Amino acid sequence: MASAREEILRRIRAARVPRAAPVVRGYHREGPGGVELFAERVADYRAVVRTVPDVPEALKALAGKRIVAPAGVPREWLVGGVTWLREPLTTEELDRADGVLTGCAVAIADTGTIVLDGGEAQGRRALTLLPDYHVCVVRADQIAGSVPEALQRLEPTRPLTFISGPSATSDIELNRVEGVHGPRTLEVLIVT
Amino acid sequence: MARNPVTWLGSPTFPKAAHTALADTQLRQNLRKATGTIRARRAAAVAEMTDWEMLRVAGEQIKDDVLARLDTLLVQLEESVTARGGVVHWARDAEEANRIVLDLCRAENAREVVKVKSMATAEIGLNEALEAGGVQAVETDLAELIVQLGDDRPSHILVPAIHRNRSEIREIFQRRMGVEVSDEPADLAEAARTYLRRKFLTTKVAISGANFAVADTGSIVVLESEGNGRMCLTLPETLITVMGIEKLVPSWQDLEVFLQLLPRSSTAERMNPYTSVWTGVTPGDGPQKFHLVLIDNGRTATLTDSVGRQALRCIRCSACLNVCPVYERTGGQSYGSVYPGPIGAILTPQLVGDLTDPQAASLPYASSLCGACFEVCPVRIDIPSVLTHLRAEVVEAKGRTAESVAMAAAAWVFRESSRYEKAQKAGSLARFLARDGRITSLPWPGSRWTSSRDVPAPPAESFRAWWRKNRG
Repeated sequence: MASAREEILRRIRAARVPRAAPVVRGYHREGPGGVELFAERVADYRAVVRTVPDVPEALKALAGKRIVAPAGVPREWLVGGVTWLREPLTTEELDRADGVLTGCAVAIADTGTIVLDGGEAQGRRALTLLPDYHVCVVRADQIAGSVPEALQRLEPTRPLTFISGPSATSDIELNRVEGVHGPRTLEVLIVT
Repeated sequence: MARNPVTWLGSPTFPKAAHTALADTQLRQNLRKATGTIRARRAAAVAEMTDWEMLRVAGEQIKDDVLARLDTLLVQLEESVTARGGVVHWARDAEEANRIVLDLCRAENAREVVKVKSMATAEIGLNEALEAGGVQAVETDLAELIVQLGDDRPSHILVPAIHRNRSEIREIFQRRMGVEVSDEPADLAEAARTYLRRKFLTTKVAISGANFAVADTGSIVVLESEGNGRMCLTLPETLITVMGIEKLVPSWQDLEVFLQLLPRSSTAERMNPYTSVWTGVTPGDGPQKFHLVLIDNGRTATLTDSVGRQALRCIRCSACLNVCPVYERTGGQSYGSVYPGPIGAILTPQLVGDLTDPQAASLPYASSLCGACFEVCPVRIDIPSVLTHLRAEVVEAKGRTAESVAMAAAAWVFRESSRYEKAQKAGSLARFLARDGRITSLPWPGSRWTSSRDVPAPPAESFRAWWRKNRG
């Protein structure tokens, strides 16, 4: 008897689906972009957005908290008065942290999205998932205008997380409610 | 061959099920409210996009290309996933897929697994199969959890508990979680968070579906809102993803189309809160064992139908459900399948693959052919055309029945104008059956029509007769 793999491939070939027309990409590849549009779209998800000239100054508000800081976070972001939690961290330790501070790989103005790829200042995926508060620093030059522009800047084989606002659900009467399993507060600091 | 669990065993035909559902005023009220909300929000989210039609066209073309090159692309996907440390399994039908997943759970000694909402696993009846094999599957999507705790069945592709309102959900949570909770959506969400937290932190095996798989990179994509998906895709040691063979896109760039089409069509958002992309196994981040189970389960048979195969373009957004006047009134459970609504009416019977099955054969009739579903479909599936095509196939599969005899008789009458006029005179006799201009019951075989609707009484004089007298 043929294996399932051989059998399925044989059935597909037997269906003789005709060649398709070439794909016409007539949609916009680029968006207007910009800090203002990005900030407005992030705020629409009921995330906290602040445009700040100075990251360490803005982070002083975290004083007294236990905040996870992934590898690669710039030394000057680790301001005094905060208990900074560094890897290696267990799942339980992450669960008990007050929050997490990260940078990002790319952001998307059109949709108000930040994308993490596990690179510098982002850490593995669990770090931005278990703490209830996530503060993400976005540099103006990291903001892509559109979804196509953002995908072009990303390396698909890295573990990617696209984040658009805090955790939410539309499962009760199709109304959006913020705050389920992921961080219930998302704060985006845009550095100009 | 075992029956395809895409339809629920013992479900009545659509007209019978709809008859019962229509009498449920609470259900109709819940659905009217929920679909009304999402319709308005989707329209606004789409109106914002000046290039929406071009995105739809590109979405249609990319998916048609996938169907044309499915064998090559699947082999390519298998190679790229394997190269990145994943293991690919193939399953011809539901039974084979369920056995593969159960064996994988057993190999990890898992008694309990956490699940991300997945249509593919619902279609193959995976939870039931796992339970029979001694493995408990815990649904973690809020709506799936409501359905699971309520011992209920899903009624919508995106929001399986759409037929439940907040006070019904509160009652289910209080009964099954043993907690006091208000009927505020935020409190209900908080209750689910607390209930599932320990399970996320301790369960070793997770099962997910996939929204997209990128053939050339081997990347798998899951879109979600709550973060339950991220929990399942990140924390366990082993991840098993079950995916229909048609869920491919050829390249990474193709995702730029679908990541715009899907969120606006399904939850009416510019972007859903969380999208996860992973490729095989990443050392030090996430599950270190990854299995991808590719399922056919009726898809290759659907592929052979040149009209019906476009149903395989579906990206499961559920926009067609939300705009369908039939769905809004009958609810999803009347369709007797995990795929309800307009897409279900064309996809389910094709996956079942047996139009002599009365329940499956009744589904292409669950439509008024108004065309709203085609207008909103992000990959331009011409659902009305597939419906009429499948209706013709149903009639053919039935052979000589009352309906095919009636259709043949109608064709004979229409061919000759003299026959047609005689028939019209006979029809005007039907006025004697009418009260207040409506006929509520016709003699057989017309009784099969009037059992669920009235027929307007024919006029005393036909248009043709009137024309000849006055203008001829």
